[in-house]
Amino acid sequence: MADTARDAPPEQTDFHELEDGEELFPEPATTQESQPASLAAEDISTNSNGPKQDSLFDDDPEDLFAEATEEVSLDSPERDVLLSDGPSPAITPITPPTSVITPRIGHTHDDMFTHSSFDEIEEEEGGDSFDIHISVSDPEKVGEYMTSMSLFKRNEFAVKRRFSDFLGLHSKLASKYLHIGYIVPPAPEKSIVGMTKVKVGKEDQSSNEFVEKRRSALERYLMRTVKHPILLKDPDVLQFLESSELPRAVSTQALSSAGLLRMVNKAADAVNKMTIKMNESDAWFEEKQQHFENLDVQLRKLHTSVESLVCHRKELSVNTAQFAKSAAMLGNSEDHTALSRALSQLAEVEEKIDQLHQDQANADFYLFSELLGDYVRLLTAVKGVFDHRMKTWQKWQDSQMLLQKKREAEAKLQFTNKPDKLQQAKDEIKELEGKVQQGERDFEQISKTIRKEVSRFEKERVKDFKTIIIKYLESLVQTQQQLIKYWEAFLPEAKAIS
Amino acid sequence: MLQVDISDALSERDKVKFTVHTKSTLPNFKQNEFSVVRQHEEFIWLHDSFVENEEYAGYIIPPAPPRPDFDASREKLQKLGEGEGSMTKEEFTKMKQELEAEYLAIFKKTVAMHEVFLCRVAAHPVLRKDLNFHVFLEYNQDLSVRGKNKKEKLEDFFKNVVKSADGVLVAGVKDVDDFFEHEKTFLLEYHNRVKDASAKSDRMIRSHKNAADDINRIASSLYTLGTQDSTDLCKFFLKVSELFEKTRKIEARIAADEDLKLADLLKYYLRESQAAKDLLYRRSRALVDYENANKALDKARAKNRDVLQAETSQQLCCHKFEKISESAKQELIDFKTRRVAAFRKNLVELAELELKHAKGNLQLLQGCLGILKGNT
Repeated sequence: MADTARDAPPEQTDFHELEDGEELFPEPATTQESQPASLAAEDISTNSNGPKQDSLFDDDPEDLFAEATEEVSLDSPERDVLLSDGPSPAITPITPPTSVITPRIGHTHDDMFTHSSFDEIEEEEGGDSFDIHISVSDPEKVGEYMTSMSLFKRNEFAVKRRFSDFLGLHSKLASKYLHIGYIVPPAPEKSIVGMTKVKVGKEDQSSNEFVEKRRSALERYLMRTVKHPILLKDPDVLQFLESSELPRAVSTQALSSAGLLRMVNKAADAVNKMTIKMNESDAWFEEKQQHFENLDVQLRKLHTSVESLVCHRKELSVNTAQFAKSAAMLGNSEDHTALSRALSQLAEVEEKIDQLHQDQANADFYLFSELLGDYVRLLTAVKGVFDHRMKTWQKWQDSQMLLQKKREAEAKLQFTNKPDKLQQAKDEIKELEGKVQQGERDFEQISKTIRKEVSRFEKERVKDFKTIIIKYLESLVQTQQQLIKYWEAFLPEAKAIS
Repeated sequence: MLQVDISDALSERDKVKFTVHTKSTLPNFKQNEFSVVRQHEEFIWLHDSFVENEEYAGYIIPPAPPRPDFDASREKLQKLGEGEGSMTKEEFTKMKQELEAEYLAIFKKTVAMHEVFLCRVAAHPVLRKDLNFHVFLEYNQDLSVRGKNKKEKLEDFFKNVVKSADGVLVAGVKDVDDFFEHEKTFLLEYHNRVKDASAKSDRMIRSHKNAADDINRIASSLYTLGTQDSTDLCKFFLKVSELFEKTRKIEARIAADEDLKLADLLKYYLRESQAAKDLLYRRSRALVDYENANKALDKARAKNRDVLQAETSQQLCCHKFEKISESAKQELIDFKTRRVAAFRKNLVELAELELKHAKGNLQLLQGCLGILKGNT
């Protein structure tokens, strides 16, 4: 499951470029345990987080840590599972789950845990596994290995990031790029309910699932962000990927005043959008907007159906398990020996099948459902970009109208004898002319950018859907193959009843 | 030779009419081959007449077929009709087809269950000679068997309450006969476990149907996406939509087959094991009566009063008990044989069908994958 969520093909980790003679991490060929020493040696705060951290916390008497321990240990077993699932050493994150606990870690955690309890503390996994991808980078960049890699100090590295850090990153990118037409991938949503459960320390199925769901979402988010050629070069992104410590993102709290302000702004934007009537001179934009509108509707519909499938498949798994137990009981009470045995065999088959259904439900979710969810959210960003173009146009138009007014006023002033007012008017007109020109340039720029972005987005979309749906179908194939195995094993047992 | 089957059936608004077709060489019948039309209530009448017949106390009475229940299906069709405006024509047609198929499946099932009942009776060496049975088969007019009215239903209810209370008392009586003692313990536990397995299998199958419905909707959405998309993806989506259309038909078939081979099997043996329990109850009842008659006889002899009366009574009870015991033993042995054979047949068929469908699914998936991968 973890591996299917990751896109990067393994072979690219053969990339062993050494930048400036810097030491490469010893390849984590087999175990993840090999890392600690080198990590600690390097002067980077590649803090390993992992299951063993709870032992550290035992030392700490602070109550706060008790809560924290829950969270971390909740992560850890997940990580173990995830990491051991790794298909190849290359994908295995550098940061070992079982690892060296240097005193520094405790200190860092101090900072993390003493802060407000709203911010979630987690997602090192997201950062780690993602970084592997950076180093393997997408094939299109083969030629650019040198140049793009020079952006990074090291080839493979891992950093710890909090969930709020991801949100902060997105917030920064959105404010920088959305209004000039770049489709900035949206970050995963906060879920107060889910996170609270995790915080309260419920070490159960649903909170484990929540953690995994979030980890996977963050990984996909980062991957999409760095696949964008402009965003990858952004200093905020680089800092996010590389820096040992990030300044805390403050305005990302769900219930913060900043958050509320954002919501208000969003509402205001929506109202404004309705009142802007743009003269669309370019049919391309109208067509594309319509296309995305339709796509949005259909994807949402499909997403709902897939979510329903996930739900029903999980139900099926549970019900099959229950039936298996019941069949076993029935087999026990059956007094005909051969039939009794066959019924017990049937119970075993059904038990295996229930696990199969569970696995398939996970594939349904992590591959298909999340793909759709991601694109529904991406389309919001796309629509936002079109909206910004409209706003840009509006701004340009407003400046033009103002210029017009000023010109009329100036003309009137020509007939009065007020030289300084006239001069002032002329100055204002000059300024406004500049603004109008800028407005036009901005509008043309954003239009150009959007065209490029949309083209890139569509290419990505096609690739994404093809890749993931094929993976999903492959998961279905596996399930059927297993089913065949199980029933083939059972058939002779049934025939043996006499 | 006596061969009975249901050759035809007609579903009307709130009833089903079964055409019961008989082929027989027995002299009891006027012709060798004939048909009559019967409704569910008439089957129940026949079953109840067996149950109430003292002569048959020593036999497992074949369980009555359940009432044809199209309510759920009809409700769904109605909801579909109401919601017609909210879906596309294709969706509506598709859903209608499926609901009709579901209706048909329920219909086939109820026909099968009524037929099984008749065949069991026809196969039973004693019951097949029953006069009511012959009337049922031959009399080509309505049997005028009205359903039980409220008063009669209430009477039935109380009878059942008394019976189960009595059953508890009687069950407490330890049997001298090892065979019956074992059967009693076995049947009690078995019946409960079959009940549980039947309920759980129903739930499992329903989830399966729900999942198949989801896949159906997914296929439709993918189709729409495919027709709308201007990129490379349109062909892709259309192909996957086609695939899911086919696989979900298979999934629906799997659910239907599991229903037939597993759920129905368990339901049937739930009813049969109940009938077997009823037989044991009747035997225990007769045993208790016999023991009471013995005590009464001893008392009469002691007081030297009404001895003859007591003797006759005791003899009757003894005779009744022995008769029931003898036939019951054979019935229970036959029950086991039938049960084992039925389970074997159905489990083998179930496994074969599961395999067939899984292989079908696999083929479709691999075929589609081949095409999709080839094109990308």
